Amino acid sequence: MKSDHHVILRVVSKWLIPIIALYAFYVQFHGDYGPGGGFQAGVIFAVAMILYALIFGVPAAMRAVPPVFTRSLAAIGVFLYAGVGVWALLQGGNFLEYQALFHEGPGGHHGQHVGIILIELGVLFGVAGAMLTIFYAFAGRVAEIRDEDW
Amino acid sequence: MSGALLGEGAMAVINILLLAILFVVSVAIARMRSLFAIVMLSGVYSLVSATWFVALDAVDVAFTEAAVGAGMTTAILLGAMLLTARTAKPEKKSARVAPLLVVVATGIMLIYATVDLPALGDAASPANQGVGLDYLRVHYFDMGFPNVVTSVLASYRGFDTMGEVAVVFTAGIAVSLLLGFGERSLAESIRKDDKSTLRTPSSNANDASKGKEGDAS
Repeated sequence: MKSDHHVILRVVSKWLIPIIALYAFYVQFHGDYGPGGGFQAGVIFAVAMILYALIFGVPAAMRAVPPVFTRSLAAIGVFLYAGVGVWALLQGGNFLEYQALFHEGPGGHHGQHVGIILIELGVLFGVAGAMLTIFYAFAGRVAEIRDEDW
Repeated sequence: MSGALLGEGAMAVINILLLAILFVVSVAIARMRSLFAIVMLSGVYSLVSATWFVALDAVDVAFTEAAVGAGMTTAILLGAMLLTARTAKPEKKSARVAPLLVVVATGIMLIYATVDLPALGDAASPANQGVGLDYLRVHYFDMGFPNVVTSVLASYRGFDTMGEVAVVFTAGIAVSLLLGFGERSLAESIRKDDKSTLRTPSSNANDASKGKEGDAS
């Protein structure tokens, strides 16, 4: 009886959610060339999951992306970011000095590219994980969105 | 760029139009009682201000505003709204005077301050006197990709960005410590599903929310 109510929403969002998630990765990996980067990509990815949770229910979303995964993801993101800094330290440079990652002189781009891709991934994980954790903390307290709230 | 494309007059009209929409939306938010409408209107406010940032050539800021302000904040506020009543309590007429005075005084001060602000894109303004211009000149040699915002955020100011990620992470953990990780509702719903697969999902939800209220008290 419940599925009758939101059948259009469900059908449309089934199409949209993968596209939104894909767009998040486009924003992530295109950040060097256009507007965007880890923050925006992380938020867009989190919004895709939140849309899923709003339409198919929070328990279904929690089965797909468990809360323990989102908070671990946030921690992994921060660790990845800081890890790049420590890697640069171990290579003899300053903290987060990407130039030192592969012992390049000025004008060498390899270290910059690798470093920036890694820290942007760290930002993506950190932001997406933290945002989903916050959403679950709020939404997990109401078991289901009632029909009169739509 | 957009200014050169459209001409100064057209840009001024667009700016005034967007700011007028922002003004109308904010007045509507202040006067409304329905929390759902307020959440939706704050999403509208974020979208319009994102459009305005595009008109100011701040594309990265506009993108962030659209993603965070219109997408994320609306979803989070909807989640928060479900935990409370649907309408705000009307306050007493006398209680509105002091906030109005504060708002008017702040507005007058801000308008007074804008007189001294440099024009948009002024090369002699303090914002363009520091390292910004150097970054614009040398970043392509240093990084090898065109988006200067990314090279400042991720490389020149990488340490600041790490702090921001740590702040976001801390916020997530702090909210979870205050509200719980939300796993209890998952456990409850799974238990209910296992116990009685014949019952409809909506009656399950009602039972679960009743159980939640009982737990909280």
